[in-house]
Amino acid sequence: MIEYENVLTTCPYCGTGCALHLQVLDQKLVGVLPAKNHVISEGGLCIKGWNVHAFVNHPDRLKKPLIRKNGKLEEATWDEALKLVADKLGEIKAQSGPDSIAFLSSAKCTNEENYLLQKFARAVIGTNNIDHCARL
Amino acid sequence: MTDRLTSLREAIEAVLPNVDGVLALRIGPGGISASHLFSKEHPEDLAKLALWPKEPVPDTLKIILRAHPDAKLAIVCRGCEERGIVEMFKHAQLNLDNVTLIGLQCEQAEAEFCRCAKPFTVHSKTTVGQSIKGVPDPVTEKIAAMSQPERLAFWKQEFEHCIKCYGCRTICPQCFCNVCTLEDEKWVETGRLPMANPSMYHLIRAMHMTAKCVACRECEETCPADIPLAVQFRLMARDVKELFNYEAGAVMDQKPPQLLVLEEGDYERSGLPH
Repeated sequence: MIEYENVLTTCPYCGTGCALHLQVLDQKLVGVLPAKNHVISEGGLCIKGWNVHAFVNHPDRLKKPLIRKNGKLEEATWDEALKLVADKLGEIKAQSGPDSIAFLSSAKCTNEENYLLQKFARAVIGTNNIDHCARL
Repeated sequence: MTDRLTSLREAIEAVLPNVDGVLALRIGPGGISASHLFSKEHPEDLAKLALWPKEPVPDTLKIILRAHPDAKLAIVCRGCEERGIVEMFKHAQLNLDNVTLIGLQCEQAEAEFCRCAKPFTVHSKTTVGQSIKGVPDPVTEKIAAMSQPERLAFWKQEFEHCIKCYGCRTICPQCFCNVCTLEDEKWVETGRLPMANPSMYHLIRAMHMTAKCVACRECEETCPADIPLAVQFRLMARDVKELFNYEAGAVMDQKPPQLLVLEEGDYERSGLPH
């Protein structure tokens, strides 16, 4: 049996919120189509939106945290990676103060994730140095 | 008289037992419609059958047939989509023996939205809806009436707005080369907007669409910069008609003028691997 379906979703690349259909053939992601009667994108997409399907199963996609050991990136567990980041942030804050640290968030995250990052920056670390990738 | 949606549903139900699937439109979440492969295993899907807005269904048909070359499929197609399927057949993109066409005739408002000269099917044996006459295309006529320098200035200005999303190329059911010249840095520069020479992208595409464009207007509809892309193809289609007496998708056994059939033998491929 052939299974073909268009799955409606929102483009993950920026904050505009364009709608797109992921073309799924036999359970595999094969392409993208814009959503014509969607109120935001009105059937248009930019070049990133048109290629959203390409990164999902890309061999270069990061699936596990990597830690640089002896100049080489090595796979690590989440616990190990998060502990390293927490230790280093604590160390830098103790040595040079909270304003020596800056946080860059992403338009690819949800509102809630971005809210959490600025809360972490302001309430936990104690700095207002927070910005996002759309200004890079 | 039964309405078009009911008639279409009946036509699909009639063909469904004999095929692996019927490609048509379905209403999805939030009233957003998309193409869908209706199957006899899930006849309940037909409750969500939709007619409009039209989608580039011939392109989806091609995607499915590339993965399943022997599949027997039916497709609901409007006049433009039917012409697209015929051109794809002529360019060896699909085997029409395995495809059943269900022709959907456009209504006046739909034809006017597309400024369509041929809002009806001519090849489909099963048809749904009343066939209507073509409507005028005032946008094309306005640009056609311009002087040559005016036209050049007009297109230059329009192409400046291009954000190079490649949407017109990607959505086009007639763009099926495995390697695309427009992705070759020799011709189309990457990483800068507006492009140093925006006409390069658009005129290469225009040339490649000669005698292939079936005036479905999918490119124009998806363009985020609102470039009237269908106009350039419609004007080129007039030249093709005048020079070669060829209309894309109109006559099943008429060979497209740009298709060259070589005698049998070994040939060395040169240039881009098209």
